[in-house]
Amino acid sequence: MTSRQRRWLFAIAAAGLVACYLWAFAGLPGFGNYPGPYGQEILKHAIAQTNATGVVSAINFDYRGFDTVGEEFILFTAAAGMSVVLRKLRGEHERDRSPYDRARNRELPPTSDAIRVPTLALVGPVVLIGWWLASHAQTDPSGGFQGGVILATAFMLVYLSGEFLAFRRLSPVALLDGAEALGAGAFVAVGLAAVAQGLPYLDNFLPLGQVPGAVSSSGTIALISFFVGIEVAAAFTLIIGELLEQTLLVRAGGR
Amino acid sequence: MTQNVLMDILQATVLLLVAAGATVVVRTRDRTRLVLVLSGYGLLLAILFFTFQAPDVALSELTVGAVALPLILLLAIAKVRKHQE
Repeated sequence: MTSRQRRWLFAIAAAGLVACYLWAFAGLPGFGNYPGPYGQEILKHAIAQTNATGVVSAINFDYRGFDTVGEEFILFTAAAGMSVVLRKLRGEHERDRSPYDRARNRELPPTSDAIRVPTLALVGPVVLIGWWLASHAQTDPSGGFQGGVILATAFMLVYLSGEFLAFRRLSPVALLDGAEALGAGAFVAVGLAAVAQGLPYLDNFLPLGQVPGAVSSSGTIALISFFVGIEVAAAFTLIIGELLEQTLLVRAGGR
Repeated sequence: MTQNVLMDILQATVLLLVAAGATVVVRTRDRTRLVLVLSGYGLLLAILFFTFQAPDVALSELTVGAVALPLILLLAIAKVRKHQE
Protein backbone atom coordinates (compact mmCIF):
# COMPACT_ATOMS: atom_id res chain seq x y z
CA MET A 1 0.00 0.00 0.00
CA THR A 2 1.46 3.34 -1.03
CA SER A 3 1.49 6.27 1.34
CA ARG A 4 -1.03 8.04 -0.91
CA GLN A 5 -3.52 5.18 -0.50
CA ARG A 6 -2.88 5.10 3.20
CA ARG A 7 -3.67 8.78 3.47
CA TRP A 8 -6.97 8.25 1.66
CA LEU A 9 -7.84 5.38 3.94
CA PHE A 10 -7.08 7.56 6.93
CA ALA A 11 -9.17 10.45 5.55
CA ILE A 12 -12.21 8.20 5.01
CA ALA A 13 -11.87 6.60 8.46
CA ALA A 14 -11.37 9.99 10.14
CA ALA A 15 -14.41 11.46 8.37
CA GLY A 16 -16.50 8.48 9.52
CA LEU A 17 -15.25 8.85 13.07
CA VAL A 18 -15.99 12.60 13.14
CA ALA A 19 -19.49 12.01 11.75
CA CYS A 20 -20.31 9.28 14.30
CA TYR A 21 -18.78 11.33 17.10
CA LEU A 22 -20.85 14.42 16.30
CA TRP A 23 -23.97 12.27 15.92
CA ALA A 24 -23.40 10.74 19.36
CA PHE A 25 -22.59 14.17 20.78
CA ALA A 26 -25.91 15.60 19.57
CA GLY A 27 -27.77 12.91 21.51
CA LEU A 28 -26.06 13.58 24.84
CA PRO A 29 -28.10 15.04 27.71
CA GLY A 30 -27.38 18.72 28.43
CA PHE A 31 -24.42 19.72 30.59
CA GLY A 32 -25.16 18.90 34.22
CA ASN A 33 -28.44 17.12 33.41
CA TYR A 34 -28.98 13.57 34.57
CA PRO A 35 -31.75 11.74 32.74
CA GLY A 36 -32.07 8.44 34.60
CA PRO A 37 -34.24 7.78 37.65
CA TYR A 38 -31.72 5.41 39.30
CA GLY A 39 -29.44 8.06 40.85
CA GLN A 40 -32.28 10.10 42.28
CA GLU A 41 -33.91 7.00 43.81
CA ILE A 42 -30.59 5.91 45.39
CA LEU A 43 -30.00 9.39 46.80
CA LYS A 44 -33.49 9.44 48.30
CA HIS A 45 -33.20 6.10 50.07
CA ALA A 46 -29.53 5.14 50.48
CA ILE A 47 -28.80 6.83 53.81
CA ALA A 48 -32.04 5.64 55.40
CA GLN A 49 -31.54 2.09 54.14
CA THR A 50 -27.85 1.62 54.94
CA ASN A 51 -26.94 4.27 57.54
CA ALA A 52 -23.91 5.05 55.36
CA THR A 53 -23.36 8.72 54.51
CA GLY A 54 -20.72 7.74 51.95
CA VAL A 55 -23.39 6.92 49.39
CA VAL A 56 -20.87 5.99 46.69
CA SER A 57 -19.49 3.29 49.00
CA ALA A 58 -23.03 2.17 49.79
CA ILE A 59 -23.57 1.64 46.05
CA ASN A 60 -20.17 -0.02 45.51
CA PHE A 61 -20.26 -2.40 48.44
CA ASP A 62 -24.00 -2.96 48.94
CA TYR A 63 -26.42 -2.14 46.10
CA ARG A 64 -23.95 -3.22 43.44
CA GLY A 65 -21.68 -5.34 45.62
CA PHE A 66 -21.66 -8.15 43.08
CA ASP A 67 -20.05 -5.85 40.48
CA THR A 68 -17.38 -4.94 42.98
CA VAL A 69 -16.55 -8.60 43.65
CA GLY A 70 -15.74 -8.88 39.95
CA GLU A 71 -13.58 -5.75 40.02
CA GLU A 72 -11.81 -7.04 43.09
CA PHE A 73 -10.86 -10.20 41.26
CA ILE A 74 -9.52 -8.25 38.28
CA LEU A 75 -6.79 -6.88 40.53
CA PHE A 76 -6.37 -10.21 42.30
CA THR A 77 -5.88 -12.01 38.98
CA ALA A 78 -3.46 -9.33 37.75
CA ALA A 79 -1.24 -9.71 40.81
CA ALA A 80 -1.44 -13.51 40.69
CA GLY A 81 -0.60 -13.52 36.98
CA MET A 82 2.34 -11.23 37.57
CA SER A 83 3.71 -13.53 40.29
CA VAL A 84 3.38 -16.54 38.00
CA VAL A 85 4.93 -14.93 34.93
CA LEU A 86 7.82 -13.29 36.77
CA ARG A 87 8.68 -16.16 39.10
CA LYS A 88 12.17 -17.55 39.02
CA LEU A 89 12.22 -20.98 37.45
CA ARG A 90 14.51 -23.69 38.71
CA GLY A 91 17.82 -23.52 36.88
CA GLU A 92 17.11 -20.03 35.56
CA HIS A 93 20.00 -17.61 35.80
CA GLU A 94 20.29 -13.96 35.09
CA ARG A 95 22.40 -13.45 32.03
CA ASP A 96 22.66 -9.73 31.80
CA ARG A 97 24.47 -8.99 35.04
CA SER A 98 27.57 -6.99 34.27
CA PRO A 99 30.76 -7.89 36.17
CA TYR A 100 30.41 -4.59 38.00
CA ASP A 101 26.94 -5.55 39.23
CA ARG A 102 28.24 -8.89 40.42
CA ALA A 103 31.21 -7.52 42.34
CA ARG A 104 30.66 -7.96 46.06
CA ASN A 105 32.79 -5.07 47.17
CA ARG A 106 31.59 -2.41 44.74
CA GLU A 107 30.80 0.96 46.16
CA LEU A 108 27.12 1.73 46.24
CA PRO A 109 26.15 5.37 46.00
CA PRO A 110 24.37 6.19 49.26
CA THR A 111 20.94 7.78 49.13
CA SER A 112 21.19 11.46 49.96
CA ASP A 113 19.73 12.67 53.22
CA ALA A 114 17.56 15.11 51.29
CA ILE A 115 15.61 12.10 49.96
CA ARG A 116 16.04 9.76 52.90
CA VAL A 117 14.70 11.98 55.66
CA PRO A 118 11.46 13.20 54.00
CA THR A 119 10.56 9.77 52.61
CA LEU A 120 11.04 8.02 55.95
CA ALA A 121 9.21 10.84 57.75
CA LEU A 122 6.28 10.41 55.33
CA VAL A 123 5.86 6.67 55.93
CA GLY A 124 3.89 7.13 59.17
CA PRO A 125 1.44 9.78 57.88
CA VAL A 126 0.91 7.83 54.64
CA VAL A 127 0.02 4.66 56.57
CA LEU A 128 -2.37 6.72 58.70
CA ILE A 129 -4.09 8.29 55.65
CA GLY A 130 -4.38 4.92 53.89
CA TRP A 131 -5.80 3.27 56.99
CA TRP A 132 -8.23 6.17 57.53
CA LEU A 133 -9.47 6.00 53.93
CA ALA A 134 -9.91 2.22 53.98
CA SER A 135 -11.88 2.33 57.23
CA HIS A 136 -14.10 5.37 56.47
CA ALA A 137 -15.79 4.27 53.25
CA GLN A 138 -19.15 4.32 55.06
CA THR A 139 -18.89 7.93 56.25
CA ASP A 140 -16.82 9.95 53.78
CA PRO A 141 -15.77 9.94 50.14
CA SER A 142 -13.14 7.26 50.48
CA GLY A 143 -12.92 3.51 50.30
CA GLY A 144 -10.86 0.37 50.46
CA PHE A 145 -9.47 0.75 46.98
CA GLN A 146 -8.03 4.23 47.42
CA GLY A 147 -6.87 3.45 50.95
CA GLY A 148 -5.20 0.26 49.79
CA VAL A 149 -3.20 1.98 47.05
CA ILE A 150 -2.05 4.64 49.51
CA LEU A 151 -1.03 1.96 52.03
CA ALA A 152 1.03 0.34 49.29
CA THR A 153 2.81 3.63 48.59
CA ALA A 154 4.09 3.56 52.18
CA PHE A 155 6.16 0.53 51.18
CA MET A 156 7.34 2.40 48.09
CA LEU A 157 8.56 5.21 50.33
CA VAL A 158 10.66 2.74 52.30
CA TYR A 159 12.13 1.61 49.00
CA LEU A 160 12.72 5.19 47.81
CA SER A 161 14.66 5.96 50.96
CA GLY A 162 17.22 3.49 49.68
CA GLU A 163 16.30 0.63 51.96
CA PHE A 164 15.52 -2.06 49.43
CA LEU A 165 16.39 -4.84 51.82
CA ALA A 166 14.23 -3.28 54.52
CA PHE A 167 11.45 -3.05 51.93
CA ARG A 168 11.84 -6.76 51.19
CA ARG A 169 11.88 -7.63 54.88
CA LEU A 170 8.80 -5.49 55.52
CA SER A 171 6.89 -7.07 52.68
CA PRO A 172 7.76 -10.77 52.43
CA VAL A 173 6.07 -12.28 49.38
CA ALA A 174 4.50 -15.15 51.34
CA LEU A 175 2.83 -12.70 53.73
CA LEU A 176 1.60 -10.51 50.85
CA ASP A 177 0.22 -13.53 49.00
CA GLY A 178 -1.63 -14.51 52.16
CA ALA A 179 -2.96 -11.00 52.78
CA GLU A 180 -4.14 -10.66 49.21
CA ALA A 181 -5.95 -13.99 49.28
CA LEU A 182 -7.43 -13.17 52.70
CA GLY A 183 -8.76 -9.81 51.51
CA ALA A 184 -10.30 -11.19 48.32
CA GLY A 185 -11.61 -14.32 50.03
CA ALA A 186 -13.14 -12.42 52.94
CA PHE A 187 -15.17 -10.26 50.52
CA VAL A 188 -16.65 -13.40 48.97
CA ALA A 189 -17.10 -14.95 52.43
CA VAL A 190 -19.13 -11.94 53.65
CA GLY A 191 -21.44 -12.51 50.68
CA LEU A 192 -21.71 -16.22 51.43
CA ALA A 193 -22.43 -15.52 55.11
CA ALA A 194 -25.59 -13.74 53.95
CA VAL A 195 -26.54 -16.73 51.80
CA ALA A 196 -26.06 -19.06 54.77
CA GLN A 197 -28.75 -17.07 56.59
CA GLY A 198 -31.17 -17.45 53.71
CA LEU A 199 -30.59 -13.92 52.39
CA PRO A 200 -29.49 -12.88 48.87
CA TYR A 201 -25.73 -12.98 48.14
CA LEU A 202 -23.94 -9.94 49.65
CA ASP A 203 -27.10 -8.82 51.44
CA ASN A 204 -26.28 -6.41 54.28
CA PHE A 205 -27.00 -8.72 57.22
CA LEU A 206 -25.04 -6.96 59.98
CA PRO A 207 -26.67 -4.41 62.33
CA LEU A 208 -26.64 -0.99 60.63
CA GLY A 209 -26.01 1.02 63.81
CA GLN A 210 -28.12 3.83 65.23
CA VAL A 211 -26.65 6.99 63.72
CA PRO A 212 -26.09 7.55 59.99
CA GLY A 213 -22.51 8.61 59.43
CA ALA A 214 -20.95 6.94 62.46
CA VAL A 215 -17.83 4.88 61.74
CA SER A 216 -19.47 1.82 63.31
CA SER A 217 -22.60 2.16 61.15
CA SER A 218 -23.60 0.62 57.81
CA GLY A 219 -23.05 -3.09 58.58
CA THR A 220 -21.22 -5.03 55.88
CA ILE A 221 -20.27 -1.90 53.88
CA ALA A 222 -17.56 -0.96 56.38
CA LEU A 223 -16.41 -4.56 56.70
CA ILE A 224 -16.13 -5.16 52.96
CA SER A 225 -14.30 -1.86 52.41
CA PHE A 226 -11.77 -2.86 55.04
CA PHE A 227 -11.13 -6.23 53.37
CA VAL A 228 -10.84 -4.53 49.98
CA GLY A 229 -8.23 -2.23 51.52
CA ILE A 230 -6.15 -5.22 52.66
CA GLU A 231 -6.46 -6.91 49.27
CA VAL A 232 -5.54 -3.81 47.26
CA ALA A 233 -2.61 -2.86 49.48
CA ALA A 234 -1.20 -6.40 49.26
CA ALA A 235 -1.80 -6.67 45.50
CA PHE A 236 -0.09 -3.36 44.69
CA THR A 237 2.85 -4.02 46.99
CA LEU A 238 3.21 -7.46 45.40
CA ILE A 239 3.07 -6.13 41.81
CA ILE A 240 5.55 -3.35 42.44
CA GLY A 241 7.79 -5.58 44.55
CA GLU A 242 7.93 -8.12 41.71
CA LEU A 243 8.82 -5.38 39.23
CA LEU A 244 11.50 -3.98 41.53
CA GLU A 245 12.94 -7.45 41.92
CA GLN A 246 13.10 -7.71 38.14
CA THR A 247 14.75 -4.39 37.49
CA LEU A 248 16.57 -2.98 40.43
CA LEU A 249 17.68 -5.61 42.89
CA VAL A 250 20.93 -6.02 41.02
CA ARG A 251 21.76 -2.38 41.55
CA ALA A 252 20.53 -2.12 45.10
CA GLY A 253 22.82 -4.68 46.66
CA GLY A 254 24.40 -7.98 45.64
CA ARG A 255 22.51 -11.00 46.80
CA MET B 1 -25.76 33.30 41.41
CA THR B 2 -22.18 34.62 41.56
CA GLN B 3 -21.21 31.33 43.11
CA ASN B 4 -22.55 29.47 40.08
CA VAL B 5 -20.64 31.75 37.72
CA LEU B 6 -17.44 31.22 39.72
CA MET B 7 -17.97 27.46 39.60
CA ASP B 8 -18.51 27.61 35.82
CA ILE B 9 -15.29 29.56 35.40
CA LEU B 10 -13.42 27.07 37.58
CA GLN B 11 -14.79 24.08 35.66
CA ALA B 12 -14.01 25.67 32.28
CA THR B 13 -10.47 26.49 33.43
CA VAL B 14 -9.84 22.94 34.61
CA LEU B 15 -11.27 21.49 31.38
CA LEU B 16 -8.90 23.70 29.36
CA LEU B 17 -5.98 22.66 31.58
CA VAL B 18 -6.84 18.98 31.05
CA ALA B 19 -6.99 19.48 27.28
CA ALA B 20 -3.63 21.28 27.37
CA GLY B 21 -2.19 18.56 29.64
CA ALA B 22 -3.31 15.80 27.28
CA THR B 23 -1.64 17.62 24.40
CA VAL B 24 1.61 17.88 26.35
CA VAL B 25 1.45 14.15 27.19
CA VAL B 26 0.99 13.24 23.51
CA ARG B 27 3.74 15.63 22.37
CA THR B 28 6.34 14.38 24.88
CA ARG B 29 8.86 12.07 23.20
CA ASP B 30 11.35 11.18 25.92
CA ARG B 31 9.99 8.14 27.78
CA THR B 32 11.09 8.99 31.30
CA ARG B 33 9.86 12.56 30.97
CA LEU B 34 6.61 11.23 29.52
CA VAL B 35 5.95 9.25 32.69
CA LEU B 36 6.42 12.34 34.85
CA VAL B 37 4.16 14.40 32.57
CA LEU B 38 1.57 11.61 32.70
CA SER B 39 1.70 11.68 36.49
CA GLY B 40 1.02 15.44 36.44
CA TYR B 41 -1.82 14.83 33.98
CA GLY B 42 -3.30 12.30 36.43
CA LEU B 43 -3.24 15.01 39.07
CA LEU B 44 -5.05 17.38 36.68
CA LEU B 45 -7.72 14.75 36.00
CA ALA B 46 -8.18 14.29 39.74
CA ILE B 47 -8.73 18.05 40.11
CA LEU B 48 -11.20 17.89 37.20
CA PHE B 49 -13.24 15.15 38.90
CA PHE B 50 -13.14 17.08 42.16
CA THR B 51 -14.44 20.30 40.59
CA PHE B 52 -17.23 18.25 38.97
CA GLN B 53 -18.25 17.06 42.44
CA ALA B 54 -16.99 13.48 42.27
CA PRO B 55 -14.52 13.25 45.18
CA ASP B 56 -14.60 9.43 45.17
CA VAL B 57 -13.52 9.24 41.56
CA ALA B 58 -10.98 12.00 42.18
CA LEU B 59 -9.36 9.90 44.92
CA SER B 60 -9.21 6.83 42.70
CA GLU B 61 -7.70 8.83 39.84
CA LEU B 62 -5.20 10.39 42.20
CA THR B 63 -3.99 7.05 43.54
CA VAL B 64 -3.98 5.16 40.25
CA GLY B 65 -3.29 7.83 37.64
CA ALA B 66 -0.81 9.95 39.54
CA VAL B 67 0.94 7.28 41.64
CA ALA B 68 0.49 3.61 40.71
CA LEU B 69 0.54 3.82 36.90
CA PRO B 70 3.64 6.08 36.60
CA LEU B 71 5.47 3.88 39.11
CA ILE B 72 4.77 0.70 37.14
CA LEU B 73 5.68 2.42 33.85
CA LEU B 74 8.97 3.72 35.28
CA LEU B 75 9.90 0.22 36.44
CA ALA B 76 9.05 -1.23 33.02
CA ILE B 77 11.21 1.42 31.32
CA ALA B 78 14.09 0.64 33.68
CA LYS B 79 13.75 -3.05 32.83
CA VAL B 80 13.77 -2.40 29.08
CA ARG B 81 16.73 -0.05 29.38
CA LYS B 82 18.68 -2.66 31.33
CA HIS B 83 18.11 -5.11 28.49
CA GLN B 84 19.33 -2.64 25.89
CA GLU B 85 22.57 -1.91 27.68
